[in-house]
Amino acid sequence: MNEPLIRISKRDGISKPKAWGIRGLALLFSLILSAVVIFAIVKLNPLKVYVSMALGAFGTGKRIWITLRDTMILTCIAVGLAPAFKMRFWNIGAEGQMLVGGIATAFFMIKFAGKMPAFLLFLCMIVTALLFGGIWGLIPGFFKAKWNANETLFTLMMNYIAIQLTSFCVSKWENPIGSNTVGIINPSTKIGWIGDFLNSDNPVHYNNDFLWTILIVVLLAALMYCYLRYTKHGYEISVVGDSENTARYAGIRVNRVYIRTMALSGALCGFAGFLAVSAVSHTISTSTANGRGFTAIIVAWLAKMNPFVMILISVLLTFLDKGAIQIASDFGLNEYASEIISGIVLFFILGSEFFINYKVKLRGHKEG
Amino acid sequence: MDIENAIELRNITKRFGPVVANDNISLQLHKGEILSLLGENGSGKTTLMNMLGGIYFPDEGSILVNGEPVSIKSPKDSFHYGIGMIHQHFKLVDVFTAAENIVLGLEGEKGKLDKASIRKAVREIADRYGFEIDPDQKVYEMSVSQKQTVEIVKVLYRGANILILDEPTAVLTPQETDKLFAVMRNMKKDGKAIIIITHKLHEVLAVSDRVAVLRKGQYIGDVPTAEATQQSLTDMMVGRSVSLNIDRPVNPEQNDRIVVNHLTVKNKEGVKMLDDVSFTARSGEILGVAGIAGSGQRELLEAIAGMQRLEPGSEIRYISPEGEQTVLNGMDPLDIIHKGVLLSFVPEDRFGMGLVGSMSIVENIKLRTYRRGKGPLTDRKYPTDLANRIVSDLEVVTPDVNRTPLRRLSGGNVQKVLVGREISCNPSVLMTAYAVRGLDINTSYTIYNLLTDQKMKGVSVIYVGEDLDVLLELCDRILVLCGGQVSSIVDARNTTKEEIGLMMTQVRREGADHE
Amino acid sequence: MSGILSFLSSFPTLLHSAIIFGTVIMFGSLGEILTEKSGHLNLGVPGIMYLGGIAGLAGTFMYENVYCANAGITPNAVLCVIICLVCTFLAAALGGLIYAFLTISLRTNQNVTGLTLTIFGSGVGNFFGGSLNKLAGGVGQVNVKVTSETFRAYSSGLVTKLDALTGKVQLGTLLFSYGFLTYVAIVFAILLWYFLTKTRTGLCLRAVGENTATADAAGINVTKYKYLATCVGAGISGLGGTYYVMNYIRGTWENQGTIEALGWLAVALVIFATWKPIRSIWGAYLFGVLYWAYNYIPGLQRSSIELFKMLPYVVTLLILIIVSLRRKPEDQPPASLGLAYFREER
Repeated sequence: MNEPLIRISKRDGISKPKAWGIRGLALLFSLILSAVVIFAIVKLNPLKVYVSMALGAFGTGKRIWITLRDTMILTCIAVGLAPAFKMRFWNIGAEGQMLVGGIATAFFMIKFAGKMPAFLLFLCMIVTALLFGGIWGLIPGFFKAKWNANETLFTLMMNYIAIQLTSFCVSKWENPIGSNTVGIINPSTKIGWIGDFLNSDNPVHYNNDFLWTILIVVLLAALMYCYLRYTKHGYEISVVGDSENTARYAGIRVNRVYIRTMALSGALCGFAGFLAVSAVSHTISTSTANGRGFTAIIVAWLAKMNPFVMILISVLLTFLDKGAIQIASDFGLNEYASEIISGIVLFFILGSEFFINYKVKLRGHKEG
Repeated sequence: MDIENAIELRNITKRFGPVVANDNISLQLHKGEILSLLGENGSGKTTLMNMLGGIYFPDEGSILVNGEPVSIKSPKDSFHYGIGMIHQHFKLVDVFTAAENIVLGLEGEKGKLDKASIRKAVREIADRYGFEIDPDQKVYEMSVSQKQTVEIVKVLYRGANILILDEPTAVLTPQETDKLFAVMRNMKKDGKAIIIITHKLHEVLAVSDRVAVLRKGQYIGDVPTAEATQQSLTDMMVGRSVSLNIDRPVNPEQNDRIVVNHLTVKNKEGVKMLDDVSFTARSGEILGVAGIAGSGQRELLEAIAGMQRLEPGSEIRYISPEGEQTVLNGMDPLDIIHKGVLLSFVPEDRFGMGLVGSMSIVENIKLRTYRRGKGPLTDRKYPTDLANRIVSDLEVVTPDVNRTPLRRLSGGNVQKVLVGREISCNPSVLMTAYAVRGLDINTSYTIYNLLTDQKMKGVSVIYVGEDLDVLLELCDRILVLCGGQVSSIVDARNTTKEEIGLMMTQVRREGADHE
Repeated sequence: MSGILSFLSSFPTLLHSAIIFGTVIMFGSLGEILTEKSGHLNLGVPGIMYLGGIAGLAGTFMYENVYCANAGITPNAVLCVIICLVCTFLAAALGGLIYAFLTISLRTNQNVTGLTLTIFGSGVGNFFGGSLNKLAGGVGQVNVKVTSETFRAYSSGLVTKLDALTGKVQLGTLLFSYGFLTYVAIVFAILLWYFLTKTRTGLCLRAVGENTATADAAGINVTKYKYLATCVGAGISGLGGTYYVMNYIRGTWENQGTIEALGWLAVALVIFATWKPIRSIWGAYLFGVLYWAYNYIPGLQRSSIELFKMLPYVVTLLILIIVSLRRKPEDQPPASLGLAYFREER
């Protein structure tokens, strides 16, 4: 009898601590490999490099705030993606949904600054950001529901349409003229800056924008957790994601759930665009999303659609990002090192899922 | 005594968990003969043949091909020994042509795809045996019978000498069946040995040389076809009536509950799965539905549940206990719920339709209860209580109700959860498809009792089943389906197993509508 | 009216730039077609193009600007090209191998793995691109002159002659004024078409992508096919990166994310071509025309230019919608695209 060298079989479920142990091990391995890579390339002491990274991300109060804020933006997008992924709908379009949300926000900041009461202005900014993002998500949802158009490819294309739309708006709103950028919007009046609106005469901390971003996103994450877990909609999403037939059997109108959920997913990504413009950059450009729409996909997937785990993973990725910028300046490298390290870490964590879901048996060993 | 065996099976046993699918079976296939393998659903025919096809490996016993003991571990091995198996589900690539499918994956032939020579070879096979095949036709453009032809030519092209056809006629029209039989006779003349799995008696008599009969995993015996009649084969197939002692009280109060008129349903390919079906299901009775697999049982239940598109002229009417009439045509399951029609449905494919395998018991109970309450939140207390009740009432063995995914429970426990949930909705109509399939005796009786309780409560129970003994003892009336048509509706109390067996295989041609 | 006329008269020049632009994404899409035919949607194409581009550049830089410069010899043009192509293919195929190992052997999610590869690849590309620039003396300083010129070389005699013969149409420039990789792309497309439709191995590969279980049952080594298709596909996509570096920006490096944008356009082109290599030839050039058209339409504002650049994506989206509407089986994505295969699950 010729038994194959490696036999793979599905695991029947694994205890939570063991699963997290495997993931932790994967993270450790990836950091070791990254260290080896760093050493091989630049001959620096990897430990020093990691210390420098940690300082870069958490070294000063301000740095902690920035790291946390960027974590939250990433989390916000991932939270937006969660319902779509839970439904097994591959929304690769967060980048675009975020941008159109940003466009809507910037539009009101630029065109209606001082022409509306601040409250109304914010209402308009938020509502249109949600609306634009929602429409951007709803379109692929509709075509998937109606004609089963491949959603991965559809949302991917929508990203680039949104990017060009952003370029279009930038050229319309450029300031100063000829700069091909919008520049900081309302730099002196700070109209439409969220921290300014909500906390105008109490300048605590470094920037109220930061604080509000964090609070809002944590709240959103909690709401999304509840939405997916405790609401009727959330339940319908899970059933549709598992089996469309079962959903139909239970009287769930699958197409409606697709469209509704994608509108929600897009709207929340649009809201992330609002935050990115109103609370972080106070400007709009094609790099407002800066690939975070894609990174968030990985965050949401690795977190298994659990919003709180998303925060953890976002912290890790943002830490790598900020840390790498720090080592770039400390050791004269360039900051793209962060993408290399992120890539390695993500590859390992992704691969580790295999050992959680499958059992591997080598020839000659009895099954344990 | 000098008959050469193409295949010999010796004392084959195959178990799936506690279920013995094949129990010590010995069987020979002679060279140059057509052998019919006859048996009811679940008698173990396909399991036995899958061991020749390399899908399963026998737990005990040995297989000899052309007198040599062999070990068939994979479809590839099977092929190596010249065995070609044609499954019910075709393994074809839709966007490929017939010719491309036929040559796919052949070893030792690398390089250019010489379409001309393949076409020629395919033609040769087609001419030799009388197939009609267009090598350049794409599979997705083909009818089911054309696809089957491709499958058969595929195994012949690869040099198979022993062919196994798993219910090849189930999907064919009578004309197509005749053509297939002509081809089979040609192959036999050419020296090929053929096993055909079927439960249609007239076909057995028409095409085969010898009949081997299986019943409930056991080998009953074999007879030369010349000496067999439909009646004698039926007797062998269904066996003597076994008394099951299922309690069957009568509910004196019976009213019409579901009235189905001229129901016609087509599948995706446009084939009629239900053809002008009319019947009435009454409250306070169990209406059995009998028929060989794929006779339209699934479509019938799904049509009532609002999950099938009905052809024009069909009508499904629901009469509530209060006498209110509702036409269910064109409604989806949600419409039906909104109309207040209390319809419960235990579908055949548990994890494909009725349940979500990755969810806990409570979450699965929610499939029916999550809409309760006004707000946007789902109620958790009610389904949790219900889950606990079902677990204790039906003795479901599970570590917990709200964490373990349902998929990890055993089949019987899963089925108890499903049936328990459907009954807990206080339905006025309860439809079940193969509710006891794969369950042990005790669980089966639990389910029978539950259904009878429902009947006595005035529920209209529709029970689709495959075990004729159970149908005859559990149900009040039995509707027999054959090829999507109603063959007959009979009183279960004074009908014999043999009569039902015959009705399952032949539509009553004389009468159009009954009563 | 005069606008249209001037547009028409400048069409040959437009087509010329469109072909150079199109060749970058044609390589990307040909590789991706090969990969997707095995049932694997690799969203790492941009990353792979980065890997290919930087490896090609780094390899020749080491030879031309370090080895030859130090030794004081003139770089051998042929050797330059060979080093560049080998480095490109190996690096890109290695990227494909990471993706293949994760998605095929470890059965990770294809979308997520692909996106991670894009992050990784662009990181590697820009990191080393930056380092090369630094080695060469500052931002934008890296320049592999000999290699780039060899890549862009063409027979000027032939072009001039033909241009003189054809007058305004400038057939010489239009047809023969490109570096050799431009023609290699076309040859690759034809070869790929031949491989997929006319050979047995191609038939097996398509079967794997269409219906993995059937292919497995037919005795095809599914894992081997998937690995090979992914790695070779990645290698071909990587050539797009090198074409960009050597022909488009002439042997330099820039880190404005253009390769990434082009990589996504290559993915779009796969859809546009409905997974058919021949269609991706003219599709690539069409994308080029759409992309550059604004340059040749007089009186466009910068804002409208940005809208024009949207066209390739809009057209692709329309194709995607039409294809889903028409449901023609030949135009659909491979049926098993994106699905992990585990035999024992059946």
